Amino acid sequence: MDSSTRGSGWSRGTLRMSLAHLPRPASQFRSLELILGTILVGAMVGLILASGFLFPDSGTSMDLSARLKPPFTDPLHPLGTDPLGRDVLARIAVGGGISLLVGVTSVAGAMLVGTLIGLVVGYYRGIGDLVLMRIVDVQLALPFVLMALTFIAIFGPGLPILIILLIASQWVQYARLARSQAMSLREREFVQSARAIGVKGASIILRHVLPNAAGPLLVLTTLNIATNILLESSLTFVGLGIDPTVASWGGMLADGRTYIQSAWWVTVFPGLAILFVVLGLNLLGDWLRDYLDPQGRK
Amino acid sequence: MATFLLKRVFLALFVIVAVTLLVSYTIRLSGDPATMLMTGGQANFTAQDLERIRASLGIDRPFLVQYALYMKDVLRGNFGTTFFGRQPVNQLLGRALPATLLLALTSLAGSLLISIPLGIYAAVHRGSLIDQAIRFFSLVGLSFPNFWLAIILVLMFSVTLHLLPPSGFFTAAGLVLPAVTLALILSAINVRLVRAVMLETLSMQYIAVARSKGLRESVVLYKHALRNGMIPLLTYVGLQFGDLLGGTVIIEQVFNWPGMGSLAFEAISARDYPILQGVITVFSVLIVVVNLLIDIAYGLVDPRVRVE
Repeated sequence: MDSSTRGSGWSRGTLRMSLAHLPRPASQFRSLELILGTILVGAMVGLILASGFLFPDSGTSMDLSARLKPPFTDPLHPLGTDPLGRDVLARIAVGGGISLLVGVTSVAGAMLVGTLIGLVVGYYRGIGDLVLMRIVDVQLALPFVLMALTFIAIFGPGLPILIILLIASQWVQYARLARSQAMSLREREFVQSARAIGVKGASIILRHVLPNAAGPLLVLTTLNIATNILLESSLTFVGLGIDPTVASWGGMLADGRTYIQSAWWVTVFPGLAILFVVLGLNLLGDWLRDYLDPQGRK
Repeated sequence: MATFLLKRVFLALFVIVAVTLLVSYTIRLSGDPATMLMTGGQANFTAQDLERIRASLGIDRPFLVQYALYMKDVLRGNFGTTFFGRQPVNQLLGRALPATLLLALTSLAGSLLISIPLGIYAAVHRGSLIDQAIRFFSLVGLSFPNFWLAIILVLMFSVTLHLLPPSGFFTAAGLVLPAVTLALILSAINVRLVRAVMLETLSMQYIAVARSKGLRESVVLYKHALRNGMIPLLTYVGLQFGDLLGGTVIIEQVFNWPGMGSLAFEAISARDYPILQGVITVFSVLIVVVNLLIDIAYGLVDPRVRVE
């Protein structure tokens, strides 16, 4: 979803309250979201962290005598093996590490750049504000997939360019959100009084504006890790993402497609892995949004 | 209204120039087309050959002049010729664009058919079990990789049930699976938008008035609330249009649908950049124009929008 709709549930009245004083979510569904989200993300992160210990070969060892073994038959290969006899579970664990790496680094980069620019521009307004809003307009006309198509066609696929492209296309979302937060916060009494007693602009932005703008930015960050894992896997799936010789979720799905008639597990399990971790992150982001905005939930 | 129109059109033109400039510049970074052309064709060539080709392609001039000439041609509907085969690019675009638009618009219509009734139901029965179920399933839909959903649908309806062709058929039956895939993914977002928009309009006073007049609930919902809710909904649909085209590009790959996405991937693997440039240019102009039209329609229907 677009960032303006993502942040729109946020109301100014709640900003003053510190997180600890917020009432807990009322509805049962909200806490179910938190529990399910934590389980899904926790299980996947746990699997990824343990993969070095569980699968010392990183899912690379091939065993042509054990090609396309169905799942749940061999305790050595609980999720079966792929056309080259590699363990599907091990490859899911290793591929998950790469997906998470792309998701977290791209979001961290975009958030840092975007928040900084958005806060400064929203606080000082002026020409920078105008320039930012025009960049937002341009960004809307060049969605990520189309931008990625152009740049990857020229520079070739790879992990670094993928992360750079994700940052380049998404920093604007954080900038726009931080800008609108800064614009409303600069009119508030505590910021006005800080200015009146002579606190410098940079210090106001960092100590008074940023902490109060952090909530919606955090929600956007969580949801965008999910989005970026989806974008990374779809680009890898069509051959424009991560190197196909490395285990990755999109790559496994691309390989498995050929065997869809005979070996469903090669395409079903990596897809489920994506679905679970992205769903987990979306649940957590959704829960976080409601948690930070008690007025939006009734 | 005139100032509003003028402002919008001017902004749209600015965005089109900025995007096409960026794309043209990036494409130029790919290297010297003349060298690529020669190494792709004959084995031995001289420096004079290169110069001759550069002049014939017009790439011996400064970048901005080339860009201006390209855009002048584009305005006349001429997107240049392909590197390999020297075919007019507009012929390829003319064949691919209708296929993509057919897929994208069918998916959009399908998703509205799913999400409008569900969203209204969720808004009216806010907080109910079904509302929460819709909310959960929309989150699941948002978390589905679209290409994986496509594969799963193929597995179910083509491989197992033999009901529909798996791919590569530019027919009504071939349209079903890619359109359903995209429609389902889109619905996940749209159902939330419809719900939010309906909650907003249903809290308005004219709805209370309509109800107190004794109008039937269906008339209140569909005639009074939905009609007013359609305006912000349309804006969101416009903002989504780019992502819809992006999704179409990926899904076309799964089903071998002969649209702009497939054309772009052929161009990328053949390194035939005039085709790629044509595809991206058409897409971004399309996105800007759709949003411009929605903006103008919005301004016509709702006078408050005209004064910012």
